[in-house]
Amino acid sequence: METFNYVKAPNVEKALASAEQAKFIAGGTTLVDLMKLHVETPKTLVDINLLPLEKIEKLPDGGLRIGAMVRNSDLAWSDEVKKSYPVLSEALLSGASPQLRNMATTGGNLLQRTRCMYFREPNAGTPGGYGCNKRTPGSGCAALDGFNRMHAVLGTSDKCIATHPSDMCVAMAALEAVIHVEGPKGKRTIPFADFHKLPGDTPHIENALEPGELITHVDLPKPVEGAKSTYLKLRDRASYEFALASAAVVARVEGGHIRYIRVAMGGVGTKPWRSHEAEAALMGKPANQASFKAAALAALAKSKPHKDNAFKVELAKRCLVRSLKTATATA
Amino acid sequence: MSTTPSGIIGRPTPRIDGPLKTTGAAKYATDFHIDGMAYAVPFVSSIASGRIRNLDTSAAEKMPGVLLVLHRGNIGQLYRTVPGDGDATNSEVRPAFEDDIVRHWGQYVALVVAETFEEATSAAAVIHAEYDLETPKLRSSLDDFTGERKKGSHRGNFDAAFGSAPVKVDQTYVTPIETHNPIEMHGSVAVWDRDQLTMFETTQGVVNHRVVMAQTLGIPIENVRVVTRFLGSGFGGKLFPWPHCAMNAVAACKLGRPVKLCLPRRMMFSSVGYRPRTEQRMRLGASMDGKLLALSHDYLNSTSLLDDYDEGCAEATPYLYSVANLSVTSGLVRRNLGAPMYMRGPGAVPGLYAMEAAMNELADELKIDPVKLRILNDAEKDEDKNIPFSSRHYRECLEVGAKKFGWEKRTVGIGSMRRYGKILGWGMAGASWVALRLPCTAHVEFHANGRVSVRSGTQDIGTGTYTTFAQVVHEKTGVPLDRIDVVIGDSALPDGPMSGGSMVTGSVLNAIANASTEAMKKMIALSTGTEGSPLKGTKAEELEFAEGRIRKKDSAAGDPEFAEILKLARVDGLSAEGKTVPTWEDPQSKDKSLHSYGAQFVEVEWEPDIARLRVSRVVTVIDAGRIINPKAAANQIAGAVVMGVGMGLLEETVHDQRTGQPINGSMADYLMATCADSPEIDVTFLDYPDPAMGEYGARGVGEIGLAGVAAAITAAVHHATGVRVRELPVKIEDLLQSKILQA
Repeated sequence: METFNYVKAPNVEKALASAEQAKFIAGGTTLVDLMKLHVETPKTLVDINLLPLEKIEKLPDGGLRIGAMVRNSDLAWSDEVKKSYPVLSEALLSGASPQLRNMATTGGNLLQRTRCMYFREPNAGTPGGYGCNKRTPGSGCAALDGFNRMHAVLGTSDKCIATHPSDMCVAMAALEAVIHVEGPKGKRTIPFADFHKLPGDTPHIENALEPGELITHVDLPKPVEGAKSTYLKLRDRASYEFALASAAVVARVEGGHIRYIRVAMGGVGTKPWRSHEAEAALMGKPANQASFKAAALAALAKSKPHKDNAFKVELAKRCLVRSLKTATATA
Repeated sequence: MSTTPSGIIGRPTPRIDGPLKTTGAAKYATDFHIDGMAYAVPFVSSIASGRIRNLDTSAAEKMPGVLLVLHRGNIGQLYRTVPGDGDATNSEVRPAFEDDIVRHWGQYVALVVAETFEEATSAAAVIHAEYDLETPKLRSSLDDFTGERKKGSHRGNFDAAFGSAPVKVDQTYVTPIETHNPIEMHGSVAVWDRDQLTMFETTQGVVNHRVVMAQTLGIPIENVRVVTRFLGSGFGGKLFPWPHCAMNAVAACKLGRPVKLCLPRRMMFSSVGYRPRTEQRMRLGASMDGKLLALSHDYLNSTSLLDDYDEGCAEATPYLYSVANLSVTSGLVRRNLGAPMYMRGPGAVPGLYAMEAAMNELADELKIDPVKLRILNDAEKDEDKNIPFSSRHYRECLEVGAKKFGWEKRTVGIGSMRRYGKILGWGMAGASWVALRLPCTAHVEFHANGRVSVRSGTQDIGTGTYTTFAQVVHEKTGVPLDRIDVVIGDSALPDGPMSGGSMVTGSVLNAIANASTEAMKKMIALSTGTEGSPLKGTKAEELEFAEGRIRKKDSAAGDPEFAEILKLARVDGLSAEGKTVPTWEDPQSKDKSLHSYGAQFVEVEWEPDIARLRVSRVVTVIDAGRIINPKAAANQIAGAVVMGVGMGLLEETVHDQRTGQPINGSMADYLMATCADSPEIDVTFLDYPDPAMGEYGARGVGEIGLAGVAAAITAAVHHATGVRVRELPVKIEDLLQSKILQA
């Protein structure tokens, strides 16, 4: 870990004023880890734990406003979330451990960085170390020819195949959340789908935040009437592991046909993976196995597996079929 | 604590050291903070093969707080241990910094010592090494083996018998590199007082550690003391010293200050051993009615460039079943990896995975129930050594296990059993583990303050050694458990055994019992000779020692507590020594085949549509002689079963094929079973004392619970999914091959 300055911000204005050359620290569950690994070397840490952004509030339009500092555990166990957005609660509770969830925040989880083992190596991106275009653009990608069982099959580029690790974000992608930020140029909102960036040629740019911008809260739209939802996470062991494949589905079925559908996937994409292809394949179709399989096929049609992760394509399909079955079950 | 001595052996007894551990008062090696202590952090190689061309430590030496950067150029002479010296077993042949050749990723290149851990860590990060690279041998598969195979056990004519056998199995089974991963990382605190060195160590053997350190450092053995009061387990990884211990001791000596070195988790994957990869070809020939006619076990295991580590996979093969024609061969395949090291149930655990998996395949070939196949081939004697078994109840393990599990309800068809929308798979396997009683010494001492202490130079790896020792002293003397002090984990104590091979209980209890008996005799003698004693002048043979008192056998009159006698005699403590005769010298045991046995029955739940498989239920029946503390023993077996779930489904150390780095070297990426993966576990002990093991007939339970679990899991996986996995762990990739798509 490198030496750093530490500032405790009492309010958003002070936080923004201290943001130059700095990183905001909330729960610290990713950032401190990465600082120990020399992946993150901020000159200054601005502690935002005092910021009054820890509330969950109903919005006049029936939506829900989640403060950026709301802890994962508080969000998962919130009555409103359990009742109106159970897919978010399920996704949160499938991630990490209770101790980590007690620390990790909503805003922080949006910025969770990949678990790519090469990215996390202290010497990655340095001469003699593993190539990592996220760490040092142009240094290469050691995962392409390395051990890449956990890596992405969707949204990859020849510069980066790192998986986005968050469960919460998969649910938020399906819920079409809106991210509110505040920065030197004022306040703005970012639709969830535009927040995370594909790696392309610039895998070091992971999201749409401008320098100095702070996430203040996340809005969830009004729950879809009559819709059911589910989050399914598949992994090697039963707990404390990132997804090999996961799916968040929100669906409404009328007269046996799918009238509303949102599909997002985790564990397989370089960002929380909203599948418009799956949704298009399902909309208006009968809620049956044939439709689900067609949707799964469509969702993975552009998948590009590497040496160790070809199985993820089939696993993600199965994950999707089961999730669609669960979310559309009438009983 | 109110317990009666008569029933204490075999009674579930809470750990006497439990409160120390739950309150944090138990001091583990790196909990020793000595005044003036400095902190050491290793700098390790980032390549697997080559030569260090240049090592630049100048920037590190200028960093704040840095006291010393130790490396090949300034460490001075470190020695190898004497080859073949059984009292000085080392982990690696090569001491730290012996030459400038790098043979594995993570090899120690330098050691930074600074005022604080943070300063040492920062300084280590700016050390720069240049290497002349060579192409490392990292291939995972061992199929490039070309050397001579070593011949092991042999009887009859395997080739002829296998050739003519009507039913055959010929398969190769693979176990991957597994890493020990005790929760407590390896650590060392070295303190010099002039020429006297005290080392607070994470070791499973303080006595051996002391000898190795004396030999490595080239100092008299009487100048070294090794202390391990508590150990956060080791699973074999802490049996013998690793190079960091001597490195740290030299640093402390050069600085004239205590130095602490605690390995970070990532170095636990590269620098302190692992279970090597094994590839085991099993050939079984049988008659149509299931009698084994021929058995061969040909295995390879990986090892390092300098260490001839033989995993010994065929440990159980020659005696577990009756078979007239048998052959065993082995070979070592060198890789640019650190030295392998014994891991819980070394040899037998990977070996029995292969053996029992092959037996299950044979049962399927023969369409015979796998339990019946094993009973049919049960051995009456050890056919390898042609000697009787001391106490073998393998058949009863199988029968009791089958009954408790409900095995008779098993339907044979693949995917044929269902529950709550999931497919069930049932599988089973046998288990065994060697028993041995090592020579050792214990002292038992009565103190004038009313307490009794027992001392031996062994240590508690976390299994409950403190408690079993106290149980024996309580049984013999009647002094309550809360007045018994167990003093272990110090090489200054009388020689005790390593905490390895499940041997501490079977070995030390006899010495403690003998020492207790001798100490009670001495107390009786003192009571009859002490002025003012109510027993003064009484004949010793009229007296007995019971309930912590000395009393006349025929009357309740005058029964002083031992402390009263000591006070009257103005003696602070009275001590006696007891010894354990090793099994190989004891006429009761020396011509017997001593082993523990077990049976594992496993249920898996399988959701084919999402390829999700979990172990839901395990019944394990263990024949390990008499069980001293069923509570701690069941805990050992259940823990081993959970480890078996990891071995079967999760654990595998993956090395990057370019750098040789264990690339999943963290607790998040190296998958072990979590609580959520732990099945319902039913542990049964048969509890037959083994007369060859001495007074208590205990054989130890540290490793047997792991044996067989993986083979039972792969059988259950096959039963549920139809997929036959012969390379551990069973992965989702394998399960996706199942033809069954819906439950």
